[in-house]
Amino acid sequence: MIQQLIFTIVTLATIILSYRAYSFIVKNIKFGREYELIKDNPARWKTMILVALGQGKMFKYFLPALFHLFIYVAFIFTQIELLEILVDGFFGKHRIFALPLGGFYTFIISLIEILSVLAFIATIVFLSRRNIINVKRFHKPEMKGWPFTDANLILLGEILLITGIFLANSSDLVLQTRLPEHFHHTGQFAVSAYLAKYVFSNFSTGTLLVLERIGWWLHLTVVYGFILYLTISKHLHLIFAFPNTFFTPLTPRGKMENMPVIMNEVKSMMGLTEGGEDAMEMSEEIPEFGARDIQALKWKNILDAYTCTECGRCTDNCPANITGKELSPRKIVMMVRDRADEIGKKLRSKDEKYIREDLKTEGTKLTIENFDDGKSLFDYISDQEIFACTTCNACVEQCPVLINPLDIILQMRRYRILTDSAGPSDWMPMFTSLENSGSVWQMQEERDAWAK
Amino acid sequence: MQEELNVKTMAEFAAEGKEPDILYWVGCAGSYDARAQKVSRAFAKLLNKAGVSFAILGNEESCCGDPARRAGNEFIFQMLALQNIEVLNGYNIKKIVTACPHGYNTLKNEYPELGGNFEVIHHTQFIEQLIADGKLDVSDNKYAKSTKVTYHDSCYMGRVNGEYKAPRNILNSAKIEITEMERSGVNGFCCGAGGAQMFKEEEKGDKRVNEERANEAIGTGAKIIAANCPFCITMLEDGLKAYEKEDEIKVMDIAEILSADLDLGQ
Repeated sequence: MIQQLIFTIVTLATIILSYRAYSFIVKNIKFGREYELIKDNPARWKTMILVALGQGKMFKYFLPALFHLFIYVAFIFTQIELLEILVDGFFGKHRIFALPLGGFYTFIISLIEILSVLAFIATIVFLSRRNIINVKRFHKPEMKGWPFTDANLILLGEILLITGIFLANSSDLVLQTRLPEHFHHTGQFAVSAYLAKYVFSNFSTGTLLVLERIGWWLHLTVVYGFILYLTISKHLHLIFAFPNTFFTPLTPRGKMENMPVIMNEVKSMMGLTEGGEDAMEMSEEIPEFGARDIQALKWKNILDAYTCTECGRCTDNCPANITGKELSPRKIVMMVRDRADEIGKKLRSKDEKYIREDLKTEGTKLTIENFDDGKSLFDYISDQEIFACTTCNACVEQCPVLINPLDIILQMRRYRILTDSAGPSDWMPMFTSLENSGSVWQMQEERDAWAK
Repeated sequence: MQEELNVKTMAEFAAEGKEPDILYWVGCAGSYDARAQKVSRAFAKLLNKAGVSFAILGNEESCCGDPARRAGNEFIFQMLALQNIEVLNGYNIKKIVTACPHGYNTLKNEYPELGGNFEVIHHTQFIEQLIADGKLDVSDNKYAKSTKVTYHDSCYMGRVNGEYKAPRNILNSAKIEITEMERSGVNGFCCGAGGAQMFKEEEKGDKRVNEERANEAIGTGAKIIAANCPFCITMLEDGLKAYEKEDEIKVMDIAEILSADLDLGQ
């Protein structure tokens, strides 16, 4: 009874806390602007099934993909056992699926155990890649501090979870021979049968009863902990990879987002508009073009940012980064996420000091529309970074969860050039030449001189 | 003295009341850059050889707008693009071939939303088709047969537009074996020119992108680096100079290799 009560309290607390944490993230994503989406659902589902569910792009890096697959498949199948834990915990039962499923139950739990062993091996491999082999891309500047700890914490969490599974299963198998009334027959599980025979059978019944409960509660609490922890971790990708691949634009990769306001203005300048259309409303305020902060980015850019696994394949393949430039596509994405988090936190503080000066009147509430903390994305991302990009799309090509770092970079470039009239001075002669002569170089000769 | 190329403009076609089969979009590099002009000439020779009726826009052509847009200057992009679309639609152009992957991408993917809907073909795709149709016979290869050749994927034909095969198929048709670089196809390494980098100094770093790529090409032992983009050609040639290999290794557009093959001159 007490266990049922604790179970119910812990479960309810997890539901409430995670609802809060996840709704904050959803709000942060919605700070981004709406934009035109191609809503071809069959194509979107196909992408999601291939890339998120099927891990289609992971295998560009074969070994990490294989080990990641172990953890991923183990994770999916373990949900069956988790489901049983939830039902057992709520109704105060023990292994409620065992009797109705019979031999199939033994098979499923054995499969989970084998996958857990593979996942355990993978976890050790990943821990050593990060801490012993020191794979270069895990030690770039943006990975210092929390991102590095985060990756290790989740791996340690996985080890705890696997430990829980084997503690519960192995103790259970021995207890089945000693207290068959409560610990009813389940058949021998593939891995814990051996642990039971060679290790756990040496323990007293009292010890085993405790170990079985520790294992059971460990499994449950690590999972609940995960659910909450994901909201502050790169491991959010295990949920967000699905919506993120689903909402990935279906437009051609080489197409930059059009800016209709500018298009229409240029059209009216050139006398290309048909009657009525050219009546452009020019407001007093100079319009802002491009992205200075996350509110001007698309909401998908922010969803991208929360989906980032910090794997660094983008940076690993970025020609600018490889040749020692400051630009790291991964960092761009991480900074968008951190900035979204920061704005979300400040808004929740309801502190009036974040209201933009000119919009501050008695009783005004802080909202995303009047928010101003004197900072912007440019406090996190330098001009050197955004102007080092060659738009080669290697980052876009590499991302296993279809994040587009380039799209963020180009929107920030647009802000610098169009709104700030800043940017690399080398480009000024190019712009002048394009404006005056329609050619990227200022040339005296005729355009068809080559053919003469 | 060069032989007569006999390249006509759309205006000339229109004056004769005729329409060409295809418009050749030359682009800024192909028009003005001394190195890329050679590619334009080589491609025009191939078109003549295959008996293709084509025209250029000549002075009516403006920059496609790619460097402006990717540098972030949407105003200038829109000015150029809308101007070009006016001209192209004015001549009722349906089909365009270009030797520049950036022009290809912009015309194909970005002009439709601005009112310019054309069938856009890259010159490697067009040549591949000419060979397949029997209009261009490259099987009697004279030029690069015994030379080691590597192929550099441009980002804008490769990763951006998914075209990896056409250039390789052409070289294969000419019985040229390609020694691939380690980073090729979908993993091809940028030359460093895209995103309007061509028109500015690189940001602070350890080395230049083009030198990194040139060094990789040198590593294959190839004597010819085949390319399909005028900006890649400039970048790779500059990269070779950094290793003092510019006399030993040639960077050539696919059209130039074929033109040399067919004894049309380089």
